[in-house]
Amino acid sequence: MTLAEKILATHSDKGKAIPGEFINVWVDLVLANDITAPLAIKEFQRLGVNKVFNPDRIVMVPDHFCPNKDILSAEQTKEMREFARKHRLIYFEVGRMGIEHVLLPEQGLVLPGEVVVGADSHTCTYGALGAFATGMGSTDIAVAMATGEIWMKVPPTMKFVYYGKLGKWVDGKDLILYTIGDIGVDGALYSVMEFAGEVIDTLPLDGRFTIANMAIEAGAKAGIFKVDRKALDYIRDRARREYKVYKSDKDAEYAKVVEYDASKITPQVALPSLPSNTKPVTEIGKIEVDQVVIGSCTNGRLSDLRIAAKILKGRKVHPEVRCIIIPGSQEIYLKALQEGLLEIFVKAEAVVSTPTCGPCLGGHMGVLASGERCLATTNRNFVGRMGSPQSEVYLSSPAVAVATAVLGRIASPDEIMGQSVE
Amino acid sequence: MKLKGKVHKFGANIDTDVIIPARYLNLSEATELAKHCMEGINPQFISRVKPRDIIVATTNFGCGSSREHAPLAIKACGISCIIAKSFARIFFRNAINIGLPLLECDEAAEGTETGDIVEIDLAIGEIKNLTKNKIFVAKPYPDFMRELISSGGLIEYTKRKLKREA
Repeated sequence: MTLAEKILATHSDKGKAIPGEFINVWVDLVLANDITAPLAIKEFQRLGVNKVFNPDRIVMVPDHFCPNKDILSAEQTKEMREFARKHRLIYFEVGRMGIEHVLLPEQGLVLPGEVVVGADSHTCTYGALGAFATGMGSTDIAVAMATGEIWMKVPPTMKFVYYGKLGKWVDGKDLILYTIGDIGVDGALYSVMEFAGEVIDTLPLDGRFTIANMAIEAGAKAGIFKVDRKALDYIRDRARREYKVYKSDKDAEYAKVVEYDASKITPQVALPSLPSNTKPVTEIGKIEVDQVVIGSCTNGRLSDLRIAAKILKGRKVHPEVRCIIIPGSQEIYLKALQEGLLEIFVKAEAVVSTPTCGPCLGGHMGVLASGERCLATTNRNFVGRMGSPQSEVYLSSPAVAVATAVLGRIASPDEIMGQSVE
Repeated sequence: MKLKGKVHKFGANIDTDVIIPARYLNLSEATELAKHCMEGINPQFISRVKPRDIIVATTNFGCGSSREHAPLAIKACGISCIIAKSFARIFFRNAINIGLPLLECDEAAEGTETGDIVEIDLAIGEIKNLTKNKIFVAKPYPDFMRELISSGGLIEYTKRKLKREA
C-alpha cells in the first residue's frame, strides 16, 4: 500500500483503502476560514445537531479577508468567531492568527499519519508532514464538524521522483511549477501526488510545504511526503498530540511514476492564466510589472523571507513597482523582525503587511486594476484572480519575485546578484 | 428526473475564480452570488441565462478553490445541470453535496453548442440534443453517489444516517 492508502485504511471502518472504492473516513482535524466557515455554519445548523464532534479538533482561522476589509467580511468573521466561541473551537484571533496553512503546521495541529479536511483547497499543504490532507467545500466541512467523519473515494497515488541536484536559485516552487507545467492543471486529477527522490530528501520543510500546497493546482486530492528526520525535527517541539508515522511499502502500487532530473530544472515562471503555463525565467523576454507580492500559503514562510532579504539587502524596489511582502504568521513576522529582515524590506521601500491571504485572491492589500500586471509567489494566476479580469498574474519563487521587484521586469536573480549594491 | 433547457457552452479549465470572483466571497446568500455568476469569463452570461438552462464544458470544470459559492451561484442562477468531459474534484463534491446534478460525457461535450436545446434523463444518464438530433450517454454514477443524490444532497443524507444511528 502507498502512504496515503495506509492512512486512509487506518481511518476507515472498512480497515482498508482500495483506489476507486468509497469509504467513510474518520478525521483528525477539521478546518475552515472566514469565507468558507459562514456557509459551513449554515449547513451545520440545517443538520439539526447542537454539538460538534470534538471542539479540540476543529480550527477556524480568520485569514482571507482579515483583518477585515469591509463591513460584509467583518459580519462573516463575526459569525465565525461567535460560532467558534459558542462551541469552544480552536480559534486564532487577529494578532495571533496566520495564513491557515502556514499556521497549523507551525502550531503542531497537523501531524503525520492524520486525516485533515479543510474548507480551503490548499489544505493539501499538510502532506509535507506525511498527513493525508485535502480541501473540501463548506457542506462537507459542516458534516465533518458534526460527525467527525466524511465520505471519500480512495484516490490512486502517482509518484513523482526528483533526482540530481538543485541548481542555483531553484527551490520547491520551481519543482512544483515545472511539474504542473509538465502534467497540466488536471494531470493528477482525483489522485494523490507522492513526492520522493534524493532532491526531496535534501529539501527543507518550507520547500516541501510549497510543493504539497500546489498539488491541487494539478487537480490532485492530496500531495504527500515521506516523514523523515527533517520532518520529525520540525514536528518535535510543536506536536500537540501523539501521532503515527506511516510509509509506502516497497511494492506499493502506483498509478504512474514520473521521474525528473532536477539538475535540469531552472527557475520557473507561470504565465497567465494557468499555473501550468510555465517557462524558464530566462525565456520570458522583457515583461514589465506593476506589482510584486511575496507571501501566501505557498511562499510566506521564513526561508522565503530570508531569500527575499538576501537579494533585497542594500537595494531598492524599482520606482514603478509596488512590492508587498506578507509574512505567513505572527511567529514568522516576529522572527523576521528579530533577524532584521523587515528592516531590509522597509529600507528597500517594500510594504510589509500583517499575515493575510489578502492579495492572492484579489481580496485586499494589493488588488489589481485593469491593465496591471503582477508577479506573485502565490499559487493561482487565473483570469481576475488578483483583481480586475483585465489584469495579469505571473507566478514564481521568492527569488525571482524579488529580482523582478528590483528590476521592474520579470528577471532572474542572477541578473542582479553579483552586481555591487549602493 | 427529466431536465430540459438551452445550452451555454464553455471550454476547458473553467476555474472557480471566473465562476464567482473572490471579491464576492463576502456574500453567503446564493441569490446574491448568482448575480455575479461567470462574471470573470462572460459578463453577459447572467443576463442570458434562463431557469433550467444547462452548462456544457470540456475538461476540468470548476478547478481551483474549494469555494462552495461556485456551484451555489450556478445553481441559484437557474442552471439545472452541468455536462462536462471532466470536473475538478472539489467542485464535483460540492455540486453533488448541494444537489446540483453533474454529468460526465465526452461525446456530449463535443457535440453540443451554445443555444442547442438539450433534454436529460438523469436516472439513466441520457442526454438528448434536440437541436442536433443526437443522443449521448453519460458515465453512470457509482451506487454511493446515486444514494447521495437521491437523498437530496449531503445534508439530507447525513440527517437520515444520524436518525438511523440514533
